[in-house]
Amino acid sequence: MSDTQEMVNVYIMGESYMVPDGSTIIMAFEYAGFQLKKGVGCREGYCGACATVYREKGDYKLKGGLGCQTVVTDEMYIAQIPFVPAEKPIYDIDDLQPDTSTFMELYPSVFRCVSCNTCTKACPQDIQVMDYVQAIIKGDIAGAADISFDCIRCGLCALRCPAEIVQFNVATLAQRLYGKYLSPKNEQLNIRVKEVEEGKYDEEIKNMKNMEDRALKDLYFNREIKIS
Amino acid sequence: MPKKIKLTDNGAEFLKQIEKLSGETITMCDQCGTCSGGCPFVEEMDIMPSQIMRMTMLGQMEVLDSKTMWICASCFTCTVRCPRLLDVSKVSEALRQTKLRQAIDNINIDDISKEEAEELPSIAVVSAFRKFTS
Amino acid sequence: MKDNIKIPYFPGCTLKTTAKNFEISAIEAGKKIGIEMVELPKWNCCGVVSSLTSDDLMKHMAPIRNFVHAEEMGEQGLVNDKRMLILCSMCFNTMKSSNKRVKGNSEDMKSINDFMYLEKDYEGTVDVVHYFELMKEIGFDKIAEKITKPLKDLKIASYYGCMLLRPKDIAIDDTEAPTIIEDFVSSVGAEPIAWDAMSRCCGSYHTVNNTDIVVNLAKGIIENARKSGAEAIITSCPLCAFNLDNRQKLILEKDPNFKTMPVFYFTQLLAIALGLEEEFIGLDGNYIDPRPLLKEKNLI
Ligand code: SF4
Ligand code: SF4
Ligand code: SF4
Ligand code: SF4
Ligand code: SF4
Ligand code: SF4
Ligand code: FES
Repeated sequence: MSDTQEMVNVYIMGESYMVPDGSTIIMAFEYAGFQLKKGVGCREGYCGACATVYREKGDYKLKGGLGCQTVVTDEMYIAQIPFVPAEKPIYDIDDLQPDTSTFMELYPSVFRCVSCNTCTKACPQDIQVMDYVQAIIKGDIAGAADISFDCIRCGLCALRCPAEIVQFNVATLAQRLYGKYLSPKNEQLNIRVKEVEEGKYDEEIKNMKNMEDRALKDLYFNREIKIS
Repeated sequence: MPKKIKLTDNGAEFLKQIEKLSGETITMCDQCGTCSGGCPFVEEMDIMPSQIMRMTMLGQMEVLDSKTMWICASCFTCTVRCPRLLDVSKVSEALRQTKLRQAIDNINIDDISKEEAEELPSIAVVSAFRKFTS
Repeated sequence: MKDNIKIPYFPGCTLKTTAKNFEISAIEAGKKIGIEMVELPKWNCCGVVSSLTSDDLMKHMAPIRNFVHAEEMGEQGLVNDKRMLILCSMCFNTMKSSNKRVKGNSEDMKSINDFMYLEKDYEGTVDVVHYFELMKEIGFDKIAEKITKPLKDLKIASYYGCMLLRPKDIAIDDTEAPTIIEDFVSSVGAEPIAWDAMSRCCGSYHTVNNTDIVVNLAKGIIENARKSGAEAIITSCPLCAFNLDNRQKLILEKDPNFKTMPVFYFTQLLAIALGLEEEFIGLDGNYIDPRPLLKEKNLI
């Protein structure tokens, strides 16, 4: 960084640090000397590992964001939330049915929702989180799967929920049920799976495994994408 | 013969708290028993609705250990009959909330079995959780 | 009087899951008697039971958020009646209570509006109306004129339960001596019987973890209905329906001599009397099969 770089003051876990303007929150952490082991992953906004809560100057709102995607502002207060405690019930998807009763059994806390919409406010993915929780109570599992599609399991909603619902695990179950029982079946997929099982692609995969990095990358970036 | 009621310090606080939470002037209750007479749940209760009023009035915090406040289903039968226009259902709710707000649930939400989940309507589960969980 | 009432409709979660027959019969019968129900484009569970403490504003948020959506429908001209129509007794009671609370308390209204900053403010312009009330407005005599298949000789116990009559400021009729459901029963050509248990609580949510209470209360209610000459009970609450209808299974387990009795949603009777097809009556959804009774009366 050059000397002319503008700096801003941020408070990381309550302590003041000067960091370059335009940094993301993760960059600010690292600039300030924190070594992040948990709480960062892809740095691209996909993995959801970098959940952050912050408050900006002059705003009472506690906001949630992805540390790798949110740019710091002057006088921002920041804390990392590397992990949100949540129990995951074990289930066999084959034994379940795609309706409300499954959630009553596995995630009964869903029925504690008070419709405060705090989860939606907290979601860095702009998901209508309350709406997917509510869709489940109304028996609309496909709707829940659809609304929650962009969820990256950052956990911020669950952290703020007064009803202590673990929305992201609930979303996962809704999506699994949708995939298994409700989504339209794709014949093409069955054909392809059969081909894979019959070893049609074994040779190609073997070749790829032995490829140089560079060549593999080229192959990937120059791949043909068919959109029908 | 008029009696002088002595409240313990703690009890007076308790009464004040329940009066505030319920919005009811519990000391107005004259113990006529109309509420208990009409309550459809009275057989399931350990103390009667009018006794809840009495104990709270006297600041007897043991009222919080009675089953009655959990059995009261807010059916509002007493609400529409009290000659003093008091609302026992609100007092019950205030007592329940006093317990619940210490983060103590009165139901284990994980107890709903697969069979029960398949039967029970959402309306039952949502309302039970509202009344029995903190 | 408008020819056709086009009104925002709040279903509640149970009408979308276990009580679909309640909803479908209400919608289809409504069309025949001049009620067009337009479901709120967005709504959430009202919470079923109203919070009774003086604080706890959070619990009133769910109803109020629904009113915001109803106001939007009015502004967009999607309806010609700006009230909100509700079928389920418990939703009705809870939504009406919360509405009353914020309308009468501008501070509470402001707190809730401030909290819901992602939505528009609620202006307090919506009133809640129950299906029974709407039918009464239309006129039970007018409804009687539309009946094609009068439910002759069918003796019905009108079950109000708690939530339609209490507290008094929420009630759809006189709390101690109501007639609105009986008037409805007469309008479809059936015979309303007089009975004691019409507004005795069925045990409500105790059905989740204290079934004994519900079994005792439901049994008492059904036996009272039978003793008073009823052949079936009608209700407007999916929780009452579950407790009075489905829980007869448990009553029978406890008392094998118990005689079962069909329980209908009132809109199912309306649908039958209006001559609607079976798919709009939804008798498959009733636990105690009402078909033998209806066959005996030549109604199906
Ligand atoms: S729904 Fe919850 S876990 Fe998923 S992205 Fe939004 S806040 Fe994160
Ligand atoms: S934060 Fe929790 S209680 Fe509030 S709307 Fe979301 S899921 Fe419901
Ligand atoms: S508003 Fe905040 S501080 Fe007040 S009771 Fe609720 S959570 Fe606690
Ligand atoms: S009916 Fe009213 S005055 Fe009488 S005992 Fe009950 S609460 Fe007290
Ligand atoms: S509100 Fe409670 S105390 Fe009053 S009659 Fe009903 S169950 Fe009994
Ligand atoms: S459960 Fe009781 S309180 Fe609820 S609607 Fe039925 S009768 Fe009324
Ligand atoms: S590090 Fe993966 S989303 Fe931010």
